[in-house]
Order: sequence, then structure tokens, then C-alpha cells
Amino acid sequence: MAIDVASRSTGAQTEATPEPPKPDVPFAVETRSLRKVYGRSVAVAGLSLTVRQGEVFGFLGPNGAGKTTSVKMLMGLIRPTSGEARLLGRPLGDREAKRKIGFLPELFRFHDWLSGEELLDIHGKLYGMSAAERRRRVPEVLELVGLAHRRKDPLRSYSKGMQQRAGLAQALLNDPSVVFLDEPTSALDPMGRLEVRNIIRDLRHAGKTVFLNSHLLSEVEMVCDRVTIINGGEVAATGTVRDLVKREPVVDLVIGAWRPEIATLLEQRGIIRDLEQTSSGRTTIRLALIDDEAIAQVVEDLVHAAAPVYAVTPHAPTLEELFLEIVSASGQGSEQ
Amino acid sequence: MTTLLIARMTFDEALRRKMIWAVLFLSAVFLVMYAFGFQLLRDDIVEFDRSRGGVPSEALPYDVQASAMVLLGLYTVNFLAGIMTIFAAVGSIAGEIESGTLHAVIPKPLARWEIIAGKYLGFFAMIAAYLALMVTGVVLTSRFIGAYTPPNIIHGTALLILVSAILLSLTMLGSTIFSTMANGVIVFMLYGMAVTGGLVEQIGNALDNDTMVTIGILTSVVVPSDSIWKLASYVVQPSVAVNLIGPNPFGTSAPPSDMAVRYAIVYCATLVITSMLVFRRRDI
Repeated sequence: MAIDVASRSTGAQTEATPEPPKPDVPFAVETRSLRKVYGRSVAVAGLSLTVRQGEVFGFLGPNGAGKTTSVKMLMGLIRPTSGEARLLGRPLGDREAKRKIGFLPELFRFHDWLSGEELLDIHGKLYGMSAAERRRRVPEVLELVGLAHRRKDPLRSYSKGMQQRAGLAQALLNDPSVVFLDEPTSALDPMGRLEVRNIIRDLRHAGKTVFLNSHLLSEVEMVCDRVTIINGGEVAATGTVRDLVKREPVVDLVIGAWRPEIATLLEQRGIIRDLEQTSSGRTTIRLALIDDEAIAQVVEDLVHAAAPVYAVTPHAPTLEELFLEIVSASGQGSEQ
Repeated sequence: MTTLLIARMTFDEALRRKMIWAVLFLSAVFLVMYAFGFQLLRDDIVEFDRSRGGVPSEALPYDVQASAMVLLGLYTVNFLAGIMTIFAAVGSIAGEIESGTLHAVIPKPLARWEIIAGKYLGFFAMIAAYLALMVTGVVLTSRFIGAYTPPNIIHGTALLILVSAILLSLTMLGSTIFSTMANGVIVFMLYGMAVTGGLVEQIGNALDNDTMVTIGILTSVVVPSDSIWKLASYVVQPSVAVNLIGPNPFGTSAPPSDMAVRYAIVYCATLVITSMLVFRRRDI
């Protein structure tokens, strides 16, 4: 199963590149066999990925897959055991690259006696921004994250969601080329999530690169151009959301007059995933087919077999299903 | 520039701590009581001299008594500064890793060594300011209440700052390696060991016991704070007082050489550089 996914991902990658990246524009993020080992436990086995400038990149994986460790290595918080990584074409820790990067940690914390405004002023200084730049930029980002009305209040009076917004403001303060967001919406309510999604969309329109680390699959599906799913510290799948979930069609059939011969008939066309007989005498069958053409043929077969067809519902696969498939497949693998 | 910014942040942050204000309050209480005590001493001596028909004691000249009083004051100031140093810096790195504050600082365009350098500078500035203020308090009390001005007070203050710098270096290094709690325990144990080691050395000297002297010397190699305090206490006493009082827990008649100062400075530099190297490799 894992091999199947991987082969699909290579196909997806080539399809997903309408225009090859210009050679003089470095990748926003580029890692090669990035590895982190703690004693005997492997946190990240060998991460190789590339993020092009200007794309919104989703970084997915189950808990403990090594997502946060990977991001921390890119942010210089954790030293890789081996491997290589570049941000904007420069090695990790490069001051020029760091100047163009924004980072929102998973749990943003800072001295809680500072007001939102003071917090951003200090971070502006840390970015090396001039006083004039800070005067212009601080109110801008406070407005952007919806904290302008609370800018004079100390952080300790902020709710969790507001602290996270302050963290987001801090990450956007230097007008970065690449923004790393580690679970930016986990502390937010649905309204806050929507706002963050809109901010991410605005960033994309402004030509920024966004590296979004999230476990909220629907969110990633909504905003990301390209996704990498990691599991067990390795890349399990990569590609555009559409290509990753594009696969053989699956349909849900509701038919009447069920008899075992019909099963034989259906299995000539595809694979029966699920079969359920309801009390009303109808049968619901989930059938995986080779292509769309097969859907028409199945319906024709059923009509010939005098089985009434009540409904044919194409079953749209989601990123979540792919995700679960990858996670459960490798879970079995590691048990062996 | 970034180093100075972090120094400034560290200074401001330290002044936010209740602990610092507790020490400052205690210090103020101490200065008031000290001035009061000095006044009593002076009144007593004046009274005593008058009873002898205005002839000052030759066996125990006034300067010696006033000098002992100054020494007592500086000993307390040194102790308070040591406590303040350790408490202020004990979680300087470990605490910020635990609270997550560093997660948003390290990705900024700065090097990790600048964080160590900035924090060191910030704490150093705070401690130096505190010591300057407190020594001024003690000296002014002595001068205007006690009519006695101790010698070499600038030199002495510089040595007291060096004592705190030693403790600060030790605490910073510990903070890059251990958790806040563990670091506090370790540094206080070492500080206690240094004080005890100094006493053991003095008793060893008095009893001519080589083993005790060796123990004392070894502890002052591990933590040279007490030997620098001894030197500081020696330089701020007039020679008449040193010769008359002799070795005591607050001072010594056999001060460490200038080598001790050079050793202490190299010690601080080595510990700070080690902190930077350790922190460079530390996973946050």
C-alpha cells in the first residue's frame, strides 16, 4: 500500500508542475535526508522535501510523526543529527535567510506583562527593523490579526486564541518571504480559523510561501497548493491535494433484488469494498472501479440482470481517507 | 546590537521579578539598621572616651572598630548580591526553554551566542549597579555617621563585582545544562562549598593543618568567589586593622595574590564561553 502511494506521488509531482521553477530562484525550503535521532529513538528518519517559493505547503502527519521536530530543525531550534537543509537557498542558521523568515511556534509564549504593542516592538528589534519600520508595521499586523483594539493590554489578559494571534502577528511582522506556521489554528475557535485561512490566502496572493504544519486535514485541503504527508519520520506521500486524492472512482450503489450472482457480476468490473442489506430489501454496495467508464458498464450489467438501481453515488475520496490509509498501512508495516 | 537589545530585555525582565524587589527591600532595611547600628557604636565610643577623660583607647583605636563595622556591612552586601545573582540568573536559559519564550527568539536573525552574551551583560549590569549602590550606602554611612572613610573603596567594589561575576558565570553555565530547579540546587551547593572551603582554609592555617588548607585551596579553584571576597575585605581595611583583628570569618590577614584576580577573570571568561558552546548545541 505504501509503495502504491509513493508511486502515485511521483506521478502527481510531475503533473503538478505546470511551469518548472526558474533556476535562479532558490527553493523556499529544501531538505535532503534530514535526520534526527534521540538516543535510540528516531524522531525524523530522513526527510527530503522541497517547497517552491510562492506556494502554500501543507505538512501533515499523525502525532509523533516528526512534524514539529522537522520544523524545529528548519528553525534552528534543534540540531539535525545528519542531512542537509536550506532555506531560500542558504544553509540553516544563515542570518540573511532568517531575516526573511517568520515563525509561529506551536504554543506561542512570551513575557506576559508586555502589551501586544510592546511585544511586537521587541520582536521588530530582534528582526533588526528600524524604529520607523516598526512604527509603520506594528499597527498593520495588529490590525491584520484582529488585535488592534487590545494592543495596549498585557498579554496575560489575552485568551489562548488571542495569544496565538499575537504570535501570528509576530511571525508576519518582518514581511517575511517564507512563513512557518506550526499548528496555527489549534487554539482558535471556528471564526478565528476562518480568519487565519483568509490570512494564509492573502499571503499567497502577495506571493509569499507558507509552510503550514497542521493536523487539521480539512483545513490543509482548503488552503494548501501542495501537501506532504509524513509518517514515522519519513515522507509517505507528496503532491497536490487534487492529485493525491485522485484515484480509481468509488461508487455507492443502492439496488434491489439482491442475489449472490450479482456479487459475481460486480466483481468482474471492480472490487466490492462494503456491502450492506437494509431492512427495506435494498442493498447498499460500495464498489471500487478502474475508471469512470466502468460505472456506466456496471449500471448496464445490473439492468440486464434485472436488478433495479435506485442510486449511484460517486464517493469523493478526501485527504482524510488517504491520510488514514497511509497511517494504518505503515502502522501494520512497523508491527511486523 | 542584538546583544545589547537582549541585555536590555534581561535587565527589564529581572526588575519584573518579585525576588529582586524582595532583595532590594531587605537591602534598604539593612542600610537603615546599619546606619542606626553605626550611630550606636559611635555614641558608645564617644561615651567611653569621655569616661576616660577624652583619651582614645590605644589598644583598640577607633579606626579599627569603624573598619570592622564597614567590613561587616560589606560582608552583608556581598552576601545579598550573591543571593540576588543566583536567584536572578538561575533560570535565564533553562526557564526560557521551559516557558517556550526562546522558541520565538532563536529563529530571529541572531546567533545563539548573542543570547548568552546579552543575558550575561544584562545581569552583570544589574548586579554591578546594585553593588555600587549598596557600597555607596555603606561608605556614606561610615563617613557621615561614623566619621571614618575606608581606604581603596573603588578597588574593593570592583572586587565585589568580580565575586558576583563569578557566581553569575557559574549560574549561567548551569542554566544552559540543567533545569531551573536542579541548577538552583547545584549553584547554591557550590556557593556554600566556597564559603565553607574558605573557612576551612583559615582554620587550617591557624591550626597548621595542611589537609584543611589544601581543601580550602581546592574549593577556591572550583569556585573562586570566596578568595576574591577575602581580597576585597583586605584592601578596604587600613593595615592597622588587618594586623590587629587578624584572620576572622569576614576577612583575612593573608590575602590571596593578584594571581587570584587573574584566575577569577579567566575563570569567568572560560565559563561564559563554555555556556555559549553548550547552548549552541542545545536542542530547544
